[in-house]
Order: sequence, then C-alpha cells, then structure tokens
Amino acid sequence: MLLEKYPEEVKQILSKYPPEGKRSAVMPLLYLAQREEGYLTKSAMQDVAKIVGITETDVAALVGFYTLFHDKKDGKYRMQVCTDLPCALRGADKFLEELCGNLGIKVGETTEDGFITVEAVTCLAGCDKAPMFQTQGPDGIKYHENMTVDRTLELISVLRKSGREVK
Amino acid sequence: MAHLLLRQREIPDISELDIYKKNDGFAAFKNAVTKMSPAQVTDVVKNSGLRGRGGAGFPTGMKWAFIDNKNWPHYVVANADESEPGTFKDREIMEGNPFQFLEGLAIASYAVGANVAYVYLRGEFWQLAAFLDEKIAEMEAAGLLGDKLFGGEYSLRIHTHLGAGAYICGEETALLESLEGKRGQPRVRPPFPPAFGLYGKPTVINNVETFANVPLILLKGADWYKSMGTADSAGVKVFSLSGRVRKPGNYELPFGTTFRDLIYTHGGGVQDSRSVKAIMAAGASSSLILVDNDKVLDTPMDYASVRALGADLGSASVIVIDDTVSMDWLVNKTVHFFRHESCGKCTPCREGTYWMSTIIERIHGGEGTTGDVDLLLNVAKQMQGKCLCALGEFSTMAVVSGIERFPQDFRKAVTPAPPLYAMQNAEGADAERV
Repeated sequence: MLLEKYPEEVKQILSKYPPEGKRSAVMPLLYLAQREEGYLTKSAMQDVAKIVGITETDVAALVGFYTLFHDKKDGKYRMQVCTDLPCALRGADKFLEELCGNLGIKVGETTEDGFITVEAVTCLAGCDKAPMFQTQGPDGIKYHENMTVDRTLELISVLRKSGREVK
Repeated sequence: MAHLLLRQREIPDISELDIYKKNDGFAAFKNAVTKMSPAQVTDVVKNSGLRGRGGAGFPTGMKWAFIDNKNWPHYVVANADESEPGTFKDREIMEGNPFQFLEGLAIASYAVGANVAYVYLRGEFWQLAAFLDEKIAEMEAAGLLGDKLFGGEYSLRIHTHLGAGAYICGEETALLESLEGKRGQPRVRPPFPPAFGLYGKPTVINNVETFANVPLILLKGADWYKSMGTADSAGVKVFSLSGRVRKPGNYELPFGTTFRDLIYTHGGGVQDSRSVKAIMAAGASSSLILVDNDKVLDTPMDYASVRALGADLGSASVIVIDDTVSMDWLVNKTVHFFRHESCGKCTPCREGTYWMSTIIERIHGGEGTTGDVDLLLNVAKQMQGKCLCALGEFSTMAVVSGIERFPQDFRKAVTPAPPLYAMQNAEGADAERV
C-alpha cells in the first residue's frame, strides 16, 4: 500500500496543491507508485485513486494517455531513443538500428534477461546532442547525449554489474 | 555582447545562489515588492515590448494585464514542457541560470497578485525538476520565497510539477488540465486562462525564457530592452540550432540576426560543406522555407520577416536541412510525430494525422501514386482552420509547404495515378478513401 509504504512522500506531494486541487497529486503519486516495479499494477492504481478521491477508471485513463507511465512489466531499464526529425538528421535512426542489432532485439522488445527494453520515442529536447536517449528505471529518468553504440553498450554493462545508474 | 539569459557562458557558477546575488540577483524582485505596485511592474514589462518566447509571440505585459481582478486567488504557471522537435533552450536556461528564471517567475507572480506559482516541466526533465526543487529550497531558506517577503505583506511559494510525456501539454490549456491531474487535452477557448485558468481561477502562463527576461527588464528599464532587436520583435532570443550544421546548440542573439549569421558565423556552416536546401524556423511545426537563392539566408530572424517568407519564427528552433534530404522522408518524420502526439479530442486532428501518416508512409515507401500526393495535400488543407488547438494546424505545415515548395521530391517517389483516379479528381469528385 502506497500510503503505508511512503507516508512522508505522499504527504509532501499532497501539500503542494490546494484542497480544491487535490486531484493534481495523481501524476506525482503515479510516479511514486511506479518507482519500484517500473510499471503500475492494478492495485497500485487503486491505491492512487483512493488517495486522490477519483475513480480507478480515471487513473487508468491517465496511465494510457501519458507515455512515461507503464501498465505492463518490461525491462528493468528502458532505453528511449529519440528518432524525431532533428535527431534523425544526426543519425539517430542508424544508431537505434545498430543498437538493437547488437542487443539482438527489435525496437520495442526486451533483452532475454529482462534487463533492457529499447524504445523509439518522440523529441526529448536534446536535438543538438544526438544521437541521444533517456533511461527510465528504478533511479528515475536520466539523459545520455552525444552517444555512440559502443558507449551505450558500455553503459549497459556497467548497469548490469552495478544494478544502478552512476551519476 | 555578454549573454543576458545564458549568463552561465560568462559566469559558470551563476546557478549558485550567492554568485547569482552578487550579480544583481533578486535586486529586481526585492525592488518590485518593496517599491513598486503590481500595476507598475506590469507596465514596465508592457513597455519593454517583450513577447512570449514559447512560440506564439503574444505581448507578455498585455497578458499579465488581462488577469481578472474580480476573481481570486490567482496563479502563475511556468511552461517548462519544452517538447517541440528542435527546441532545447529552456532546458539550458533552467540548468545553467535557474535563479534568473525563478526570479522572473516570482516577479510575474507579484505583478498579478499570485501567492502560488507552479513550474510545469515535461516528465523527461526529472533530474532538472529535482535540481529546481533544490534551488527553490535555497530561495526559501534565504527569505526570497515564503511568507511576508522583505518585511512586507506579499507571500509566495513555488512548486515544481512533472508531466509524463505528452507534447500537447505545451499548449497552455492542455497544460492546465494536466496540472489538474487530467489527461492533457486542450480546453475550448474563450475563456482564456487570465479569466479561467488553473482550478478555474485567473492564471498567467508564460514560457521559461519569457520569465528569464523579466529581471533584467526591471533592473535596466524598458527602453534599454527595446534598444535591442527590431521594432516588431524587441530584445534577445535564444535560438536553438539543430540539423545538418557543424555546431548545433543554443545561440543567444538579438532578434533580427540573419539566418546566414546563425548558420554560418555561429553554427560553423553546413556539415560536409553541403548547401542549405530548406529551413524550419519553428521546429517540426514550421512551414518549410525554400532556400533557392542567397537572399533567403539574409532574411532577418524576427516575427514579421520570417512571416514574409511564408513561415513562422515560433520558438526560434532552427532546423537546417541540406540538399541530401528528400522532403518525402522529412514529412514522413514530422507527420508521424504529430500522429503520435495528437491528443484525440477533436476529430480533424485525430483522424487527419492518422490519414496523413498512412498516405505519406505509402509515398515514402515507394508504393504511392501521384494521386496520393494530391490526396495528402487535400487532407492537410481540409484540416486547416478546423482543429481545436494549434497542434492540428502545425501538423499540416510541413506537409503543405513540402508538397507546394518541393514538388519534385514527392513526384520522384511515386508512380502515375491510375486513369480512373485521375479522372475522378479532375472532376472534383471526392477522392476515394484509401
């Protein structure tokens, strides 16, 4: 249960908004609920709905709408590579293809050990430093810019060894 | 000239509170709260000619003056949802010079009588939000935020709020919906946010860069600010330069700087010394500017001059396209972006972006006919003027300008239409649905 597990965090989140705006806490709470498993279980969504005072359906509608919320388990880390126009003009499509080739997966798939899911995403506001991607995982969201396939594979092996992102 | 917004380029530690304070930091905010009325603050900003830096270019002071003083409380929201492909300036401002942005936000809050302000950041700026939280906490500890500031009656709190991955939340009413914990779908306007905003209360929303200009305008005066840039577009702007240039990045320059200056003097020229084929001046939402002669590159980058080229300056996100790029590939990219980001609320955008992506995919994949090019143009033009917000309109810009200004790129990608189709189209019959 979210409230029992993170009472301080929940309280802090709710304190940001006026009483009439309690619903504003729903997205911060979803991030909190997603932190451990990397996706939102049905019971986590129920928890959030109860804290905020909206229906489970309302919460599910948000999870479906926003791309950073996930309702199924994928890799521990998601590598979300931007392939929009400015990045594509700097070789992002080729980078993504080679990265997937090296990992032996297709875009959208997860490595066999369940560690990395590679996704193509829309603009991340890092256009001048392409190829670039963000990792979304237990340590939050981090940017990796001016990347090469070699450096990305290195990052993955560091992640596999340490189990977490180093700053 | 020293930077006014990206001051970290000269003062690397300006993100530290004591360094920022040593460089006139918070002098403008203190002066406003202790010596000026809110209306006086708004007047200075109005007289400076500052226009919104998020893309629409609306006069900032006028927006503040629209706030409904019969309905309280008021809110101020900073739009830090920066998501336009080709735009990456707000991120650098917030990372490098966070206090100047926060001070501008605080001054705006004072000017419209708001005691609570929110910074709505795109969810991907997760690290940046944590960084801003630290900076806000430092301001609170230093008595720059909180109750009864500078010994007076004015109180202010600032909170960050993360989105979760939706381009549409950059549209101000969709942003408000999202901040209220709903799906980010634009509201029907009017009423506009200064009358009906966050939680139904009067709200001013400005872009991060807009706020970052405000402290200096108050310190040095409206006339000083107006002396930079052009008559139509006062001041300086951070241009995000990307695409096929040698040195992509953010360049803070006065409005009216030419494309040539930006691309060649600052950006180091085109990669592999190729020539510029087209420019998108407002990110993926832009019409494609055809660069077929030298004069185009000598166009000054201000709102009016870029409009005269049949395009918009928008948020000044300049994507450089060289002569190796075919426009059917480019339009395939932009249309897929908008199809993905369409919020689904209004039919023309939801269906239009779907059909445009289906058709351009066929054309780009070499399976299209000339009829498909006509059909794509037809769908795009039918969307124009019919969508609930600007996203739908923006999705058609590269399509229409691409087909009209670079017809050869589409022609070479397709085979002639079958005779029956060509006949139907010639008679003005509705194109057969594909």
